[in-house]
Amino acid sequence: MNSIRGGNLLSLDGLSSEAIVEVLDTAESFVEVNQRAIKKVPALKGRVVASLFFEESTRTRLSFETAAKRLSADVLSLAVASSSVKKGESLRDTIATIDALGIDAVVMRHQSSGAALQVSRYVPHVHVINAGDGLHQHPTQGLLDVFTVRQVLAERHATSGLESGGELIAGLHVLIVGDIRHSRVARSDIAAYVALGAQVCVAAPGTLLPDDVASWPVSVATDFEEALEWADVVALLRLQRERGSGSFVPSLGEFTVTYGLTLERAQRLRPTTLIMHPGPMNRGVEIDSRVADLPAALMARQVTNGVPIRMAVLYLTVSGSPRASGL
Amino acid sequence: MSDFVLRQGLLVDGRGTRVGDLLVVDGVIADVAATIDAPVGAHEIDATNCWVGPGFVDLHAHLREPGREASETVHSGALAAAVGGYSAIVAMPNTEPALDNVALVSYVLERGARSAIDVMVAGAISQDRGGEKLAPMGEMAALGVRLFTDDGTGVQDPSLMRRALTYAKPLGVRLAQHCEDELLAGGGSMNEGALSGRLGLVGRPALAEELMVLRDIELVRLTGGAVHFMHLSTARSIELVVAARVEGLPVSCEVAPHHFTLDESACSDFDPLFKVHPPLRTSSDVTALREALVTGAVDAVATDHAPHAPELKDLPFDEAPPGMLGLEHAASLTYEAMGAASCDPTQFFNLLSRAPARIAQLRPGDLRVCHGGHGGALAVGDDANLVIFDPDQRWSASRDSMLSRSTNTPYDGREMLGRVRTTFAKGSLVVNQGSLV
Repeated sequence: MNSIRGGNLLSLDGLSSEAIVEVLDTAESFVEVNQRAIKKVPALKGRVVASLFFEESTRTRLSFETAAKRLSADVLSLAVASSSVKKGESLRDTIATIDALGIDAVVMRHQSSGAALQVSRYVPHVHVINAGDGLHQHPTQGLLDVFTVRQVLAERHATSGLESGGELIAGLHVLIVGDIRHSRVARSDIAAYVALGAQVCVAAPGTLLPDDVASWPVSVATDFEEALEWADVVALLRLQRERGSGSFVPSLGEFTVTYGLTLERAQRLRPTTLIMHPGPMNRGVEIDSRVADLPAALMARQVTNGVPIRMAVLYLTVSGSPRASGL
Repeated sequence: MSDFVLRQGLLVDGRGTRVGDLLVVDGVIADVAATIDAPVGAHEIDATNCWVGPGFVDLHAHLREPGREASETVHSGALAAAVGGYSAIVAMPNTEPALDNVALVSYVLERGARSAIDVMVAGAISQDRGGEKLAPMGEMAALGVRLFTDDGTGVQDPSLMRRALTYAKPLGVRLAQHCEDELLAGGGSMNEGALSGRLGLVGRPALAEELMVLRDIELVRLTGGAVHFMHLSTARSIELVVAARVEGLPVSCEVAPHHFTLDESACSDFDPLFKVHPPLRTSSDVTALREALVTGAVDAVATDHAPHAPELKDLPFDEAPPGMLGLEHAASLTYEAMGAASCDPTQFFNLLSRAPARIAQLRPGDLRVCHGGHGGALAVGDDANLVIFDPDQRWSASRDSMLSRSTNTPYDGREMLGRVRTTFAKGSLVVNQGSLV
């Protein structure tokens, strides 16, 4: 088991199922904290968490900062939404400056793949949590996605996530649809689902699949309509227009016709099938607006679960303790 | 000028090898024989169990002057080269501003004339390396420039490349190409493949290189102009050049040490030290390049020595500039890649000295700064541009003990076999016992 306890969270690639379940189980105990009138525990009191976002983000940043505050950590929030080159400062200097203020952890988003790993080399004494790096990884999104699915299935089976471990995910049919090529969420989701034993299938126009998809631990849908019927979970991805994916398909309209979750397609899903989207959604492109508001759509729950998952990640990495019980 | 007698080295003169002495008097090779009675006062240099041959010639060094003198200068680059066994290097024109006219070329040549070794210049093919209008190649050729390149990027526009070849042919000069189609490779920062997909790094496909090699071979066939293919990195590229050479087309090619010692897996930790264009390829490409060194499928080893100040390599992988140091380690890495104990000394000197000297057309008198004897046959009367290479010496590379102004070597801490012990350049002893004299 390669636990994140006392370390970093840079990628879900290579993380064991035990390490993932540990985060999910720790998050379960924080769900209750978030339902209290006073949503705060002293777990990280006196610790300093820097949130360093080189790339714009609203929900992830808010979610992380909420998580840190509910653990009683002090939050240093720095918006540096421009490339380090444009700023004229190297990544190493930026992180050294933040480090000099005295921090325990840094939550970092960057437009360059690998930036969080590089930072972890520059400041080995600081816990680095990757909040999204380029096209590479978005580990907490992957964790909160499997957490949300486990939570919903546990409710259906009248059991608890804690009791089930990773069993509810094992064997599950997960269909990931859309811009796999440019998606760090897809890379983290696939790692998490596959580690827990789910079968993952991807569906996208050829140009939005990675060139080397044959080497990925997934199958590729040859018939999107059949794949939708097969799926227990349909995970949609945002078309990453800012990363140039617009030029990978002839038009957004054609993408919607061929791979969008239209109302017609949603109506043919099995009634138990879950619909997910990491947000922000392009309503009318990858998902019909009415589909996004169906009860099967878990987007609001994904956002809600982001907080306990990020509390768990901060707690495990920074405190290094195995359990959050008794808080 | 002191006199030197190099004792009992394995003399590698291009025709064969034999153990003997070599005498240097007044900077010129004065005698080569089984044993030589040294003149009074001559310094004795023991070359027992070492290879003695013509000094190495690098076709591909980025000396950063003018414009980025914090990273390297002609002076510091020449010292790094001398320690690496080089007696002549060709400075690339992608400086700031680019070496695209007589004044700038002369500036670098003058700096070179005052440095430890011969420094030649490759001129730009297009004005400001912009890929749009031809640079004044005729004027630069009249000054003695024999290689032209827009290195850093290749000439993207096929009609400009065609025109450049047609223009260059009667000048008797050669165009050197950085082969990567930027429309295919642009925006990428490592080899395209399973690893780039997993790491979320945009790839530079092998195809981007191979298509330009293919295009330029056809342009050579059409125009009759000569092309030198720089830092080829894939097995397929080498195959294409070999086939063109068999046809009798005027093509030549070089490979760089990093492409035959490192593969793409070095990029797994996102360390920008391993970012280079063309990128580090697959392990099977590395194997193919190593074989090509031994068989002679490639003409030359060239370093693509690319110094970068530390702050430029402390950037995210996709933002960091490509390139790594090469001059101080190339000979040892070549020796190792050619099989070390089974490395043929004649082929070793072909790759590092004779072929590059021929491709660069290094001849005495071509340029006022160029001495004779580069890539030579250790002939009496040649200027002493010589190297003594100890094939048995083990040492470890360290970025803390380099002569370059920069430290962006990917080989820090690597155990090396075979080392340059002595370098003569411009007739003088420049390096002895591995250190500057």
